[in-house]
Amino acid sequence: MKHTFAVSIGGAAGQGVATPGNIFARIFARRGLYLNAYNAYQSIIRGGHTFLTIRTGPEEVTNSGDKIDLLIPLNQDTMDRHLGLLGPGAAVIYNGDNIKPGPVASGVRLCPLPVSDLTHNSRNKVGQNTLAVAAAINMVGIGFQPLEEVLTQQFKRKGDAVVAENVEVARTAYQYATEHFEPFPRPLPMTDHPKAVITGNMALAMGGAAAGVRFYCAYPMSPSTGVLHWMATHARKAGIMVRQVEDEIGVINMAIGAAHTGCRAMCATSGGGFALMTEGLGMSAMIETPVVVIDVQRAGPSTGVPTKTEQGDLWQMLGAGHGDYPRAIATPFDVGDCFKIIPEMFNLADRFQCPGIVLTDLLLSEGTTALDPEDLDFNVKIDRGELITSANGNGTSGNGAGGYKRYLFTESGVSPRAIPGLPGYTHTAATDEHQEDGVLISDEFTNPIKRREMMEKRQRKMVGIEAAVKPPELIGRPDAGVTLIGWGSTMGVIQEAVEMLNEEGITANQLQIRWMVPLHGERIIEILKKSKRTIIVENNYSGQFARYLRSETSFVPDGHIRKYDGEPFMPHHIVEAVKDQLAGRTKLSVPMHEIMV
Amino acid sequence: MATTTQDLKQITLTDLKGKVDPDWCPGCGDFGVLAALQKAMVELQIQPHTVVTISGIGCSSNLPGYIETYGMHTLHGRALAVATGVKLANHDLTVVVTGGDGDGFGIGGNHFIHTMRRNVDLLYLAMDNQIYGLTTGQMSPTSQLGMKTKSTPFGSVEPPIHPISMALAAGATFVARGFSGEQKHLTNLIKQGIQHKGFAFIDVFSPCVTYNLDNTYPWFKQRVKKLEDDPSYDPSSWIAAMGKSQMWGEEIPIGKFFQRTDVPALHEAEPILDEGGPLAHRELGIPADAVKDFIAELM
Repeated sequence: MKHTFAVSIGGAAGQGVATPGNIFARIFARRGLYLNAYNAYQSIIRGGHTFLTIRTGPEEVTNSGDKIDLLIPLNQDTMDRHLGLLGPGAAVIYNGDNIKPGPVASGVRLCPLPVSDLTHNSRNKVGQNTLAVAAAINMVGIGFQPLEEVLTQQFKRKGDAVVAENVEVARTAYQYATEHFEPFPRPLPMTDHPKAVITGNMALAMGGAAAGVRFYCAYPMSPSTGVLHWMATHARKAGIMVRQVEDEIGVINMAIGAAHTGCRAMCATSGGGFALMTEGLGMSAMIETPVVVIDVQRAGPSTGVPTKTEQGDLWQMLGAGHGDYPRAIATPFDVGDCFKIIPEMFNLADRFQCPGIVLTDLLLSEGTTALDPEDLDFNVKIDRGELITSANGNGTSGNGAGGYKRYLFTESGVSPRAIPGLPGYTHTAATDEHQEDGVLISDEFTNPIKRREMMEKRQRKMVGIEAAVKPPELIGRPDAGVTLIGWGSTMGVIQEAVEMLNEEGITANQLQIRWMVPLHGERIIEILKKSKRTIIVENNYSGQFARYLRSETSFVPDGHIRKYDGEPFMPHHIVEAVKDQLAGRTKLSVPMHEIMV
Repeated sequence: MATTTQDLKQITLTDLKGKVDPDWCPGCGDFGVLAALQKAMVELQIQPHTVVTISGIGCSSNLPGYIETYGMHTLHGRALAVATGVKLANHDLTVVVTGGDGDGFGIGGNHFIHTMRRNVDLLYLAMDNQIYGLTTGQMSPTSQLGMKTKSTPFGSVEPPIHPISMALAAGATFVARGFSGEQKHLTNLIKQGIQHKGFAFIDVFSPCVTYNLDNTYPWFKQRVKKLEDDPSYDPSSWIAAMGKSQMWGEEIPIGKFFQRTDVPALHEAEPILDEGGPLAHRELGIPADAVKDFIAELM
């Protein structure tokens, strides 16, 4: 078992859960520890219940794990909801003045802080949170200096007085913990390689910046809004135009307009906004102007649960828009992959002049992780494909006389794309069906032969797209007794479940799908036909990937593990479900989420 | 991608003729709008390759195929959103948007309002025939109260919208109305609209000779009255323009209702475009010091 440590902080929205969360994350990452932070929250600005879990450790941490080592309830509600989750060895730090613990499992340490005494009856509520953080830092074996540095950074924009007050309060609590609380037996180690703390939304935005996005537009929609925020904040330094548009229909159309001039243009939304964009996606494919769209899934249908995660938009992506057209759909594995996938998708969209969809979810977009800063490499490969950006003498004399054909038939299906402004390449890009020179064959000049040729030209691109993308690979021992199949953001949790199963003597391996379109169905079948037993794990009700895989390959797995309660899988959910299925108790497991958030 | 002097040739109407002829019904008002647009471009000597003509969907939205500029024939109602992207990404281009009343004021109404408030530098020619023609004659947002159409066989009970009033209320900086049957007047308005730095809206009466037998050429000819013929009319007065915009009936004003030149166009207001030229021509990539800053924030 990996050495990890999980601290959970809970309270009402507006009570300052985020600040201690940030402080922990910074301290851990600066020690070179990996981390994963997941905030279970509600769509309420003040009140409700927010529960942030940060799990850290010297090896990569990909999910929130199964157990809480330290609970910091900022209010009675959090204490009541979550104390029962703690097992032997765990501790709870709380304000002993006004929060009362209920019945507690044996071996759980109660660490009440006499907050009024320690703060000399100060009314500074954030001070309370700082007390708890300081005591926690003491108990995990981290010195006071790193805490002081992070507190200074965290509060410096509020002025020196606030910094001094927080540092003083922290020092008092740190000292109090030394005197009164037993430290955790295994202190958190330190490496000399500090990590970068980053969310999926930030990674997606930075990936766009690395890809050379010059135009980003969006309509605010949880849980994708973080992309807009990063873009807006960094637009001037990065040389990106950022626009907030009146609706998602405007967003996709504006992005395509910008892309049509030769810019790289991107937009992000969630399921409901994506639904509004679907006609626009078809336009991108029809006029062959590339655009990259990010869909950050939240629990649907309709408005659904805006602050909860799901993998429920797959079929929407597959079927987005009417008619058949080429597209690429990728589902990044983790926050680091959110950064990498964007330049890859832009190269693909540019080369094949079609829409590229990045399908991720709240779990990644709002999840926080620690990455090696080297993993954020902005020197990415750029491939603009067949783009004509200068009039090089091959121009024509207008009226189509010289014969530039924007939609020239080629073996690859890709036609050299001239951007507006070049003399000699004037043409009309139409959403109506058209012939090679762009003239419509939709109204007056309908022509079944030309229509067929143009459909086949566009669809031929899929052959190239399939060849351009890496097929999936089996992870783990090939002779395992069970293969767990997942897609996108479940990469980490399935990986951990596989490790746990192997430790228990149940041999397991993993097939994780990153590219939905192209799917590489033959390769998948080649892998799965060697598997002894197959189980598809996904965060939705109907088994959207299972149905897609069957529709593309006729493959039917032995079992399914699904979850659609808004919360992500925990490793033990998968482990227990696999055991149930191996014992023949069920073929469809729907784990119960124990944490009430 | 600088345009060399040899590219800059004398532009004639022939140069602006599209690859195919319009498929509009004989007598359609849209012929007059196309002709006026081409004449205006010749008179202004605008190089066709520096223009992008962008439309939505509908009879009038077929226009980009009939004029030899760069063209985009986009989705129903979405031309202004696409055009905003085009103009912001390459503000060296002259952007002309065309489309009908259903396209612009019905399905595209949201973009219409917001493009005006943003003062995007483009010319929007709404070819207003007060009917859905391509779908064979249903009421449109500008159909008159009581009008009988295929979707309102007993007469429409909905009052029409006033595009000129809407444009004024939304903050358009150039607002005019033309009539396809008044070529010279319309050509002149289009020239002014193209030259206007900001959002120029021209609502053009463009009679549908097939499906709108109420608002015909003779109907308009009897009613339209040029604002330019009234020396006391001051197009810098928003209040006066708003008053005139509500006039409808025996006398219908056409001409330039309103213009103001003191509002920066969106691309002028956007600091990203202060230097470095159009986005479309910029190198991809992020300055190394910016990357360093981005990562330092995460540490």
